[in-house]
Amino acid sequence: MSKMIKTVAVASAFAAALTGYTTTAEAQAKEKCYGVSMAGKNDCKAGAGTTCAGSSTVDYQGNAWTLVDSGTCMSIELPSMADGTMRKGALEPLDRDLPA
Amino acid sequence: MTVTQTEFRAALFDPSSDVPEGLCDGQGRPAGRRYNVYRNNVAVSLTEALHESFPAIARLLGKQNMDGVASVYLRQSPPSSPILAQYGEDFGDFLDAMPQLEHMPYLGDVARLEWLLRAAYHASDSTSIAPEALAALPPEAFDNARLILAPSLSLLQSRWPVLDIWTYATEDGAPKPGGTAQDVLILRRGYDPEAHLIGSGAAAFLASVTSGAPLNRALEHATAKDPAFDLAALLGLLLGTGAIQDIQTGAMT
Repeated sequence: MSKMIKTVAVASAFAAALTGYTTTAEAQAKEKCYGVSMAGKNDCKAGAGTTCAGSSTVDYQGNAWTLVDSGTCMSIELPSMADGTMRKGALEPLDRDLPA
Repeated sequence: MTVTQTEFRAALFDPSSDVPEGLCDGQGRPAGRRYNVYRNNVAVSLTEALHESFPAIARLLGKQNMDGVASVYLRQSPPSSPILAQYGEDFGDFLDAMPQLEHMPYLGDVARLEWLLRAAYHASDSTSIAPEALAALPPEAFDNARLILAPSLSLLQSRWPVLDIWTYATEDGAPKPGGTAQDVLILRRGYDPEAHLIGSGAAAFLASVTSGAPLNRALEHATAKDPAFDLAALLGLLLGTGAIQDIQTGAMT
């Protein structure tokens, strides 16, 4: 690609994006509203620290933890992966070049 | 006082260690049992914090497994900040390295996605560039220009269908993950973090831009990855979510 064509490509992409761009003034006018969230939508967004942990539970501090069958990952069945096998509870890595 | 803070803290994260000697209450009575209550509360509250902060991981592992993983993690990587909402930055790396989870190698990326969504929520506010400022630039100025992106923006390039797995774990009735690798762009529209699935070209473009490459170089990387890469669509998404803070033109080496 010649330098001239590239220049046009970047500039015209911006031009096209600006044409379809509607101002985000509405979004920018929003105020950060703590403690109010759409049901099920904003949960966990802020992370932990907003509640006080109870003292009634006991930490069974095992250092040698072993996996037991629970949790939904055990039910993840993927369509045939790269190696053609069906897998339950595990996914095969895909061979794909990642940008350096 | 005969107990140092170092001794006090070391015993907190080592449940097998004895209560530090010399602890006493306000009336000078031994306070060993109180220390044990405190030690338990530290572990329990950090475990709960991890459940709250990594709901998808908790769902994928199940409560019992999550408790077990947390009990190891919280002792290996106790919080380095007093802000509990910032706890867990390296949880994904920890999951990657855990031998018991070798058969679920995608967990680390799912945890990184949850972390990046939370980091986006807490990222500094930023103002987006005025459209007029972009429209006023001469076409040749874009060539070597660099984009300054919002601090809430981040990119997760995964070898796994990470967004599908995350959705499957967090939304009832979501379809089971497919077998395709996914790159995810994390943005904050207003104050709501969003995870967007993007193509490999867009991911290559953003990876270049965030590493400081000028736009022409970033576009080269993107089209090398995906000849059908649509720059205008990506720019539309970035502008529409206020993710472009500024554009730097002119010579910069």
